[in-house]
Amino acid sequence: MNTTEFFKYLFLMAGVTYLIRALPFAMITKKIKNPYIKSFLYYIPFAVLSAMTIPAVFYATGNVYSAMAGLLVAILFSYREKSLTTVALLSCTTVFIIELLFKIF
Amino acid sequence: MKDFFYGLKSGIPISLGYLSVSFTFGIMAVSMGFKWWQAVVISMLTVTSAGQFSGIRTMMYPGHYLEMIISQITINIRYSFMSISIGQKTSKRFTGIYRYLLGFFMTDEIFAVASSKKIVGVSYFAGLSLIPWIGWTLGTTLGALCGNILPENVMSALGLAIYGMFVAIVVPEVKKNRPVFITVSASIILSCLFYYIPVINKIPSGFTISICAIGAAALCAFLFPMTEEQNGGNDEYN
Repeated sequence: MNTTEFFKYLFLMAGVTYLIRALPFAMITKKIKNPYIKSFLYYIPFAVLSAMTIPAVFYATGNVYSAMAGLLVAILFSYREKSLTTVALLSCTTVFIIELLFKIF
Repeated sequence: MKDFFYGLKSGIPISLGYLSVSFTFGIMAVSMGFKWWQAVVISMLTVTSAGQFSGIRTMMYPGHYLEMIISQITINIRYSFMSISIGQKTSKRFTGIYRYLLGFFMTDEIFAVASSKKIVGVSYFAGLSLIPWIGWTLGTTLGALCGNILPENVMSALGLAIYGMFVAIVVPEVKKNRPVFITVSASIILSCLFYYIPVINKIPSGFTISICAIGAAALCAFLFPMTEEQNGGNDEYN
């Protein structure tokens, strides 16, 4: 691919992505009073995160079992309200150990 | 300054997860014929995972500009909802130019962490965005330049970091808030349908995430609109 073509594409890609993010952030500054919209915006983070996690998480590692174990550990420790870093590190460690066990046996 | 450092610290787990994903992006871009610096520039200027992976595929063919625009919009439209959502809980000083500058950094993960805060300040958000952005850039550079530098099992384990973080944000709220529990269940069911049912599982994943999330959140907003009492707590910070 030649460099001019690359930069044309880059401009489009970066420009569109930037506008999608920044415009609503900069334009919608008033406090929303409508209870339905307020509730929608309150629920949306949890809906986004769960849709992104399941089922994609099962295919994020070397095999489904290590991913399931990692997910289980994450749910367990976050249920006990451990910090994000702790939960992330513990679930990564679980995946690492499970995959190591798979290699050994 | 204290808020900035607190933000930096909160950004560390995000950047760990980013390293492995952007590393993969670097490897893939170079293997498709991009120069290493092209991969790095794409990462620095867009900071999207699904958007970038799809974008480089489009870039292989010259002249598909409209396709690029449409696919980037469908994959990334979820960021608009995240921006509106965070925009509702920003501090008083977080206006004008700060929003145009920092809006650039709205990613799934930064949104996730910021949304778990009652109030989001400029310094905090700047700190929170910085390390993940560096991680994203660094990971791409390493992947593009040195290929398989990390052993496969470490890469695989890091793949779970981001999801572990998501779980840590969602579960505590699910535990104490029944409407959120129902929102989450509905969203998971929809997302599994879009993943496993033939034909509709061809829709790009960035777009299906938006559909599932909007569907589930709209359903629960309709069924369980929050009362003033529940929202009251936040108003004293405005």
